[in-house]
Amino acid sequence: MTETRDQAVALTPLVETHRSLGARLIEFGGWLMPVQYTGILEEHRAVRERAGLFDLSHMGELFVEGPDAGPALAAALVSDPPSLAVGRAHYSMICTPTGGILDDLIVYRLAPERFLVVANAANAHVVSDELAERLRGFGAVLDDRSLATALLAIQGPESGAVLQPLTGIDLAALRYYAIAEGSVAGIQALVARTGYTGEDGFEIFVEWGRAAELWASLLDAGRKRGVIPCGLGARDTLRLEAGMPLYGNELDTETNPFEAGLGRTVKLDKPADFVGRAALEKVVRDGPAKRLVGLVVRGRGIARHGYPVVADDRRTGVVTSGTHSPTLNMPIAMAYVAPGDGEPGTILGVEIRQSRVAAEVVALPFYRRPR
Amino acid sequence: MVPTDLRYTKEHEWVRVEGDLATIGVTQYAADQLGDVVFVDLPEAGRSVEQFGTFGVVESVKAVSDLFAPLSGDVVEANAALATQPELVNREPYGGGWMLKVRVADPAQVDELLDAGAYDKLTAEV
Repeated sequence: MTETRDQAVALTPLVETHRSLGARLIEFGGWLMPVQYTGILEEHRAVRERAGLFDLSHMGELFVEGPDAGPALAAALVSDPPSLAVGRAHYSMICTPTGGILDDLIVYRLAPERFLVVANAANAHVVSDELAERLRGFGAVLDDRSLATALLAIQGPESGAVLQPLTGIDLAALRYYAIAEGSVAGIQALVARTGYTGEDGFEIFVEWGRAAELWASLLDAGRKRGVIPCGLGARDTLRLEAGMPLYGNELDTETNPFEAGLGRTVKLDKPADFVGRAALEKVVRDGPAKRLVGLVVRGRGIARHGYPVVADDRRTGVVTSGTHSPTLNMPIAMAYVAPGDGEPGTILGVEIRQSRVAAEVVALPFYRRPR
Repeated sequence: MVPTDLRYTKEHEWVRVEGDLATIGVTQYAADQLGDVVFVDLPEAGRSVEQFGTFGVVESVKAVSDLFAPLSGDVVEANAALATQPELVNREPYGGGWMLKVRVADPAQVDELLDAGAYDKLTAEV
């Protein structure tokens, strides 16, 4: 007999709600999550045209607090959290000493000495352990509240109109990548104007036990505006159209932020030394070894994760994510290619099953919301 | 209950045999499992397909799946409507979402296929 590990899949506080809504549930990042309710295309369009409601309670919520919380995070991450104003957030990465990406994160400054770091579900344990290690010697403590904090997101052009009547927080004053504390439908919450869909929207952190109540309130308030529950399937097509990377596809420990086109998150000019600095400085000096590009498939078929990319007859890279774009109604993909093959307008080939299909390099994102 | 006038493969294709012409598609169960179909790759008329061999590919937003021929024969027609309306596979899997018409090479191959009762039993077990 082979050794079997009894690794139970984790459940969000909304799993029964999802079941009752007829969701198809899949394992994702160690969690049982809804991939779709009514259909990916319908859910995708709801977010682009109205708004959709997502359960993101699988994400990791790591609170870092103490007089050295800012400097500790500056030493642990590639970004410079002390530069954040209270109530603001930025996108960041935690890297290995060789510059590989351990996870991509959002860092929120909740108070002068209190930060919230949101990690991907599959990496939450790794990031929690690594942060705890990197905080050692600083006057800062890590409180991993991933299993005590639920996260719901309402995303789409109507999300503000749905959410505002439920909260005393002035959403018009809550800027993109800002966060405020307040009450939503009578529930104590942190409300952030962040998301992973390319639309305006909000992410709402509440106590684990209040998630079902909040979900019901949001769905109820949004019903007349056509808000529907949305699963991870639509989340994936939405983020791909918006050119946002997914850890495990575009990002991994073999990839550095500059290769991923996210060099802007790396603050080499910050005073702090940080894990990965020397390696990342070398990447800046030598240039990245590969380049993340957008592809539009010009032939038949969809370029999917793992399909080879060729330039003339030379293998130049690999597709990291690909799908049919519901908004653009064409096959889109992201891929790593050799730096010289990544200029927009370049025609490359993708090996789709047995045939080579033409694909054009395009600037990311594929979709930008009208403002 | 699936349509009783059709025969089925374990891979969730259906076939309707009328004389020596067979019409092939995928079942409602397959369409539901795939989710929104966005691309169907089918062989051109004149190509031949082998019973239980792959004859094409169906792609949903999430995934790509092979299509398996219920019977051997020469392709008479592929459903051109699916090029512009692949969603017909989800909406009308037994009607407008049909995929191929094939000239049947060996009518006895039908005996290798499941009838509606056996197919219902198969999908109930999953």
